Amino acid sequence: MPFIPHTSQDVSSMLASIGVAEIDALFDEIPAHLKSGSLTALGAGLNEMQVARLMRDRAAQDTPLLNFIGAGAYEHHIPAAVWELATRGEFYSAYTPYQAEASQGTLQVLYEYQTMMASLTGMDVSNASLYDGASGLAEAMLMAVRAHKTSRRILVPATVSPFYRSTARSIVKLQDIELVEIPYDRATGTVDMAALAQHAGTDFAALVIPQPNFFGALEDVDALTNWAHANGGLAIALVNPLSLALLKPAGLWGDNPHPNPLPGGEGTNAALRAPVGADIAVGDGQPLGAPLSSGGSYFGFMCCKQALVRQMPGRIIGRTVDLDGKQGFTLTLQAREQHIRRAKATSNICSNQGLMVTAATIFMSLLGQDGLRRVAAASHQNSQRLAALASGIAGVSVLFNTPTFHETVLQLPKPVAEVLANMANAGILGGYDLSADYPELGNALLVCATETKTEEDLQQFVASLQAAIA
Amino acid sequence: MLIFERSHPSRRNAAQAPQAMAAVNIPAALLRKTAPLLPEASEMDVVRHYTNLSQKNFSIDTHFYPLGSCTMKYNPRACNTLAMLPNFLARHPLAPAHTGQGVLACLYDLQEILKEVTGMAGVSLMPMAGAQGEFAGIAMIQAYHASRGDTARTEIIVPDAAHGTNPATAVMCGYKVREIPTNADGDVDLDALRAAVGPQTAGLMLTNPSTLGVFETHIEDIKHIIHDAGGLLYYDGANLNAILGKVKPGDMGFDVIHSNLHKTFATPHGGGGPGAGAVGVAARLLPFLPLPVVAKLPSPTSGRGVGGEGAVEYRYLTEADLPLSIGHLSAFTGNIGVLLRAYIYAKMLGADGMHRVAEFATLNANYLMAELQKVGYRIAFPQRRASHEFIVSCKPLKDATGISAMDVAKRLLDKGYHPPTTYFPMLVPECLLIEPTETESKETLDAFVAAMKEIWDEAHATPDLVKGAPYSQPVRRLDDVKAARELDLTWKA
Repeated sequence: MPFIPHTSQDVSSMLASIGVAEIDALFDEIPAHLKSGSLTALGAGLNEMQVARLMRDRAAQDTPLLNFIGAGAYEHHIPAAVWELATRGEFYSAYTPYQAEASQGTLQVLYEYQTMMASLTGMDVSNASLYDGASGLAEAMLMAVRAHKTSRRILVPATVSPFYRSTARSIVKLQDIELVEIPYDRATGTVDMAALAQHAGTDFAALVIPQPNFFGALEDVDALTNWAHANGGLAIALVNPLSLALLKPAGLWGDNPHPNPLPGGEGTNAALRAPVGADIAVGDGQPLGAPLSSGGSYFGFMCCKQALVRQMPGRIIGRTVDLDGKQGFTLTLQAREQHIRRAKATSNICSNQGLMVTAATIFMSLLGQDGLRRVAAASHQNSQRLAALASGIAGVSVLFNTPTFHETVLQLPKPVAEVLANMANAGILGGYDLSADYPELGNALLVCATETKTEEDLQQFVASLQAAIA
Repeated sequence: MLIFERSHPSRRNAAQAPQAMAAVNIPAALLRKTAPLLPEASEMDVVRHYTNLSQKNFSIDTHFYPLGSCTMKYNPRACNTLAMLPNFLARHPLAPAHTGQGVLACLYDLQEILKEVTGMAGVSLMPMAGAQGEFAGIAMIQAYHASRGDTARTEIIVPDAAHGTNPATAVMCGYKVREIPTNADGDVDLDALRAAVGPQTAGLMLTNPSTLGVFETHIEDIKHIIHDAGGLLYYDGANLNAILGKVKPGDMGFDVIHSNLHKTFATPHGGGGPGAGAVGVAARLLPFLPLPVVAKLPSPTSGRGVGGEGAVEYRYLTEADLPLSIGHLSAFTGNIGVLLRAYIYAKMLGADGMHRVAEFATLNANYLMAELQKVGYRIAFPQRRASHEFIVSCKPLKDATGISAMDVAKRLLDKGYHPPTTYFPMLVPECLLIEPTETESKETLDAFVAAMKEIWDEAHATPDLVKGAPYSQPVRRLDDVKAARELDLTWKA
């Protein structure tokens, strides 16, 4: 019997100990007419050899092409040690570290992770992760509404990923939270500051600031943060963690102190109130060691200023001491959470993406500050090179005149779907077609080249694009 | 020692990153000025550090882990190896469907398997955890009532024994929570339920078997009370392992369910996640399923599916197909790696294996309950069959010796066992919620009983020894009050 060790002798002696004649007697409290018949649709069980054959055949039907799609999921080299270590049974098959003494491994990894993320984002604290970036953005919005107390409106630029906006809407709409779309400037592909200015003096809890934004373009994060704070709202930074090896961390954006004291916890202590910076930073941790995997598992990260820590959802690990005064790690601030507070919890979230975070922590440790910067810079350079090569093709141009991190928007002379289908026939995933989400941009293609792409790959992209539009 | 304390300035791990530092063409005002606090360590330093840390964990692979309500069964290694085949890992989520027919076929088949074992009409695999499955389920109940113009339904009913996620979820979906009590046998108090329902009732969230480890015997009365009031019945699948292959939630009358694939379908807990909380619905809720759902369609003649007569092709259903859907719950497609592991597990079990899961999980729980009762431990509901788990109350032990459930739990660590769940459900004082799962052998259970007997004897003879436990772990009991009062959440150089 798969994964069940009992011999028939075990079964009879166990039944005798319980005092019943057969296993079925243990189900005698269940009304007989409710019991299921056979599950014939499932078929017979497969042994390991048979299931390996099935899965290898299925994997062979998936055809990996040379990939230039980003749009929120990025192909990076993952050092061999990352998943070798993360899938050790001691990490892989452990539970949430409720029993701290027997979970110091997981707890210390999470504490190290929190330290790395807080430093990358420039924020004071980090939680131990959320499900993914998009649901993490929804949690950040709920957190901002709790902290702000009087408004249930969130300003969301159209330059935020359409996948994130759609997910956030599904999650926050049931609490009567309104998402107000802020248009972008058609020349720069960044937030239209004049359109944003029309919301000055209106009631809003937070402004979401994506960096880089969905077009790969770099927003004027200082001006946006200052605007949010000057108008009484929180600033929610939505960031790519890898880009932060190069880019200004969210905790240092702007120079305008938040005018209103934030409620809750240490918020009354002026010394702990941040002079500058976004109030909450969220995003998807996928670039830090998670394979593309058709979309998951990834993980969401969330960092914030100290004053907001008691409004944060999710697990948080703290360092403390044991009975002998020795350093140890434990789940802390659990009074925010559903298993204690039930209906009054900050969120219903119960898990984190522990294994993904373990991988990310090992990934960041292996690369270190220098390696992470090299990966980010090489991705940036490759995408710049790709844009330059592509815009050399007649009829193709770079759409926005704005600095980018590692993605950019190309304007094509033909419908993008047609071009991408032709490129796919040549073995290339040419990018993400923006025409459904941003029809006003015409034939616009979002392309990404990370550090994984060689000069030969870039040339192959360009040749295939040229052929596809010819 | 922390990884940061193993860091040495300018030590480089050259094999992992691009050799050259590329030029950056970004205005200075947008750039970072100081390096982030990331370690500067060699590959071997890092490998040794995290290998050593892993050894400071209890896990299923190293220890018996009878954590009630968590279903810590063996996580088959084949599921991990085969879910990590390179083609599965390499595919971009926005790559066209024709480049992912293998993974999509697996997901489609998993939807069908879950429909069969739960008796529901449709399944979406997208929720990324049990709590997100609950959110999806209650959001669908909300959408269903709203689609009928029935906007007076503002309350979700939750038994007092429920997991904390249930009331927290109802609030996230904009509902008020009405809690109802449990009777002395561990069943829902039917009179209280009858008094609680009305035109304001949107639905009831129920775990069956309940968190008290007993099967809700009046499930059909409950169904009628809720349905007659116009509400819907939500099945929290946290304890699905107890009835897998024996009873289908759909046959009990549930309208919407979630199942925790990281429990019942043996995917790893990973130190806290990722999980997967697939949702299943009765026919009337099909239009509201979260996106995307995988569909199997005849291959269009011009398409790229495997050609020929009867050829099929798999693709995601979107807003265009399901305009009433509650929408997306993640940027892309949930925790696909977890779903693949669950699928492989289900294929290995097959119909016969699936039937045996509940049988042997229940056999193990009832055996352990009988043996611990013989030692002297108080069983919370001795008049009932255990489901796949049961509750020991340490109240009499504490009254006699001063030894609490927490003391017993900590002493178990010294004996080489992960403790059961402690102090949940809150209805039973000094409780241990014990779930052995079907994958443990009789010898393991007997050894655990022997350890519990030793602790019983120590509690009476040398209680201070038990109160000071654990002694064998990397740390002794931690100061949680200090952790919360003097917050230290990040390391500082």
